[in-house]
Amino acid sequence: MKVAMTEYLRIDLKTEKWECRVCDHEIAPARGSYKEGLLVYDRDPTEIHPPIIDPDKYRFTFSPDPEWVRILEFCCPHCGTQVETEYAIPGHPPLHDMDVDLDALKAQWAARGEAAAPYAGPAVARADGHGH
Amino acid sequence: MNDMSNTGRGKLPSAEEAALIKKFLNDTTLFLGPDPEIMQNHDIMPRTADEDEAISKVDDAHIIAKIRDRIQSGCDEGYEMVEQMGAAPGAKWGDVITGVYSASGDLAIASAGGVLIFSALVHHPIKFIIKNWINDPTVGVREGDGFIHNDSRYGNVHNTDQSMILPIFHKGKLVCWVASTVHEGENGAIEPGGMPSMAESPSDEGLKMSPFKVVENYQIKRDILTFLQNSVREPKLQYEDMKVKLFACLRIKQRIEETLNTDGPEALVSTLRLTMENVRAEVKRRISQWPDMTVRTYIIQDSTLRENCVVKINCKLTKTGDRLIFDFRGSAPEFTNRATNTIVAGLKGMLAQVFLCYVWPDLPRGQAAFAPIEVITDPHSIVNCSYDAPNSQSLMSIFTGFTAGQHAVAKFLYSCPEKFTKVHAPTFNMINTFVWGGVSQHGETLGNLCADLNGMGAGATVDRDGEHALAPIFATMADIGEQELNEEEVPFLQLVSKKMTRDAIAPGKYRGGQGYTMMVATKDSEQWGFMTVCQGAKIPPLQGLFGGYACGCYPLSKVKGVDVYDVLLNTPEKFKHSIEEIMNEQPFEGASYTTHHMGMGFEISKRGELFMISQGAGAGYGDLLERDPKGIIKDIEEGLISPQVAARLYKVVFDPNTLAIDEVATDAARAAERKARIARSKPYAEFVKDWNKPQPPSHLQYFGAWGDDVSVLYMGAPDKVRDAATPRPNYMAHPKDVRIAELEARLAAMGALGGEKQ
Repeated sequence: MKVAMTEYLRIDLKTEKWECRVCDHEIAPARGSYKEGLLVYDRDPTEIHPPIIDPDKYRFTFSPDPEWVRILEFCCPHCGTQVETEYAIPGHPPLHDMDVDLDALKAQWAARGEAAAPYAGPAVARADGHGH
Repeated sequence: MNDMSNTGRGKLPSAEEAALIKKFLNDTTLFLGPDPEIMQNHDIMPRTADEDEAISKVDDAHIIAKIRDRIQSGCDEGYEMVEQMGAAPGAKWGDVITGVYSASGDLAIASAGGVLIFSALVHHPIKFIIKNWINDPTVGVREGDGFIHNDSRYGNVHNTDQSMILPIFHKGKLVCWVASTVHEGENGAIEPGGMPSMAESPSDEGLKMSPFKVVENYQIKRDILTFLQNSVREPKLQYEDMKVKLFACLRIKQRIEETLNTDGPEALVSTLRLTMENVRAEVKRRISQWPDMTVRTYIIQDSTLRENCVVKINCKLTKTGDRLIFDFRGSAPEFTNRATNTIVAGLKGMLAQVFLCYVWPDLPRGQAAFAPIEVITDPHSIVNCSYDAPNSQSLMSIFTGFTAGQHAVAKFLYSCPEKFTKVHAPTFNMINTFVWGGVSQHGETLGNLCADLNGMGAGATVDRDGEHALAPIFATMADIGEQELNEEEVPFLQLVSKKMTRDAIAPGKYRGGQGYTMMVATKDSEQWGFMTVCQGAKIPPLQGLFGGYACGCYPLSKVKGVDVYDVLLNTPEKFKHSIEEIMNEQPFEGASYTTHHMGMGFEISKRGELFMISQGAGAGYGDLLERDPKGIIKDIEEGLISPQVAARLYKVVFDPNTLAIDEVATDAARAAERKARIARSKPYAEFVKDWNKPQPPSHLQYFGAWGDDVSVLYMGAPDKVRDAATPRPNYMAHPKDVRIAELEARLAAMGALGGEKQ
């Protein structure tokens, strides 16, 4: 049984591995951090959040200060899908952000039965109003 | 220590002596400060004998539902009254709540609209009244009484919010309480508007009303009213809104009495109690459906509103079975002389909003929805500050705490088959608006703020872009106000308002909702000024979700040495309608153009000077290379993103003149970018060898834990730390002193101090 844990990650309960949902690549052991099986890039945040006002004239420009914060971009080594971002203080160790109790997950899904496609949540239906 | 000092050590008082000591302390309490027993507890009170008896007589689910709906309608009616009649700008845009509380003081039912965080906080002052005033012969709690309160240390978000609290009696017996709370704004603090960023101690924060009686026989006591009016900048507002809140409470009281007459007191008491107990049980059931997991995240505050620095809000969220524990240990230590601290109850109130507004909006609104969820913090930290720490800008910490919670919760929800809303990236969390004050064109002394604080961009969801400027995180059903109406009362115009700030984006497969530009200029007063109270000009205050990006940063821009009203009259073509154009083109000759972080202390403005800011974007969701090219072109057409930024980031190829998408070229560009990502990135193990550092960088003033070790909190430098469990003062130097020292050092290096005596 495979459980979709995020937009791009799932856990194979049998093999106990994190997998990429885009390309099926086996990423890392599910008892550890999925990030350990990904590639990381230290992104200058001004490339994503461009200065709106002239950085040669002004101290504050709408861009993050690249000496104060970086964006860690984590991607699948096989298909290059960007699985996660982490806005990090320079040098701050990346977080083990999803530390799953795998045995509990197995028991929970054993009780639930076969994993269905992830449910997006209830749609907000547009009310067409009352008419005659 | 010598032997003498140990004499008598280990001798404990007998039971009789302990009782005597307790009685002595109770009889001679010199000051009834905030009670930790009340303030640290957010769970509902134990079921009382009266509640037990009532439930034994009335527990039919249909009757309970009927009465709950009636009380809910009464709360909504009271809410409408306050919103329609209140004088405070906050009241007009819905920064209000009304509610019915059990006899023990728990909030059972709250109004459907308004600021829900109040619902998690006003039970504290009611419990203070129950504990201290009911049996006090000099105070007492009687029919017709009303109590006022605003001091956050006794249970509140911040001191701008004032509550009116009424006990409800039936045949001489207290059956419940009603309360109405409004963000009043002005409270006589060191700066106008009630939320001073310059406060360096609680004594700078204006009125500090512990819960006290201000109404008897349903009449406001004029002597006390006059004292309160005399303590604030808006005496008329103080009076009007006390009356409005009192009459809203009386309307709810009327609805309760109608229920008491038709169904009896047991039905009411049973409804209030069972509503809470059922919600609490349902919350535990819903939590049990989540995966057992620990999620870690952190959000960075980039200033204290006085100076830029790095302030960590650390969050570890653990779910085991039906328990959910927020662990905020490792967050920054409290600032002894900065206003961005919060009491822990404020943090809990905002975390309750995560659930009631964004995760389980179907649950009845009240205290019970957060009651079973646990919160751990370090003592005297920025999220659990002491009595002596200023907290008038607690919003900075409760909002970033909220975002940490919202970000962590999303990672639990994705795999859970049972959902009540869609998985949601963090919504923007700063009150990017203008606080204002001074003397108006009508000669009135005013102090308050623009409702644009409510225009926060929403986070993207699992299948949809975030909404622009939708609603604030603290009230999903609030309004951003009509600026034209506001301008009838205040001497300034918003020359640009509600225009989206182009390229201030949060990209992703689904992008965040965007924020809009505000440009203000004083017109009809020589005694008028502004302040801004936000973080996020150097570091975004959000995290993205599942590969999406956070928002960028939002500075304050000023143009001085110009009267734009003269410009508009004489050379209107010179006026531009975006910060980008005005700051880059500098169209007004002789004017000065400067940028600043968003913690502007109150500053008097001259006629026609421009102050310019933007509301912020919610976070993006998913890999931006998966964004539908049609959505990107729509964003270009709507002025949300410039064509060149869109092409560079999203790798979408289109005709620059017609905006027609070249699907084949786009697919090729995106495939190439995925390969480029793989080529430029490093395997995790190799990356962390270079990246990970054992302590915070020396070029940043860093506050909080570093990495996974939450036992040590940094206090501004790598060599300045405190044990997390052991509070220490954490003073910041005055920013002007810091600047003077820098300049003096430069003068000294140049030998230009001229032998000045020291």
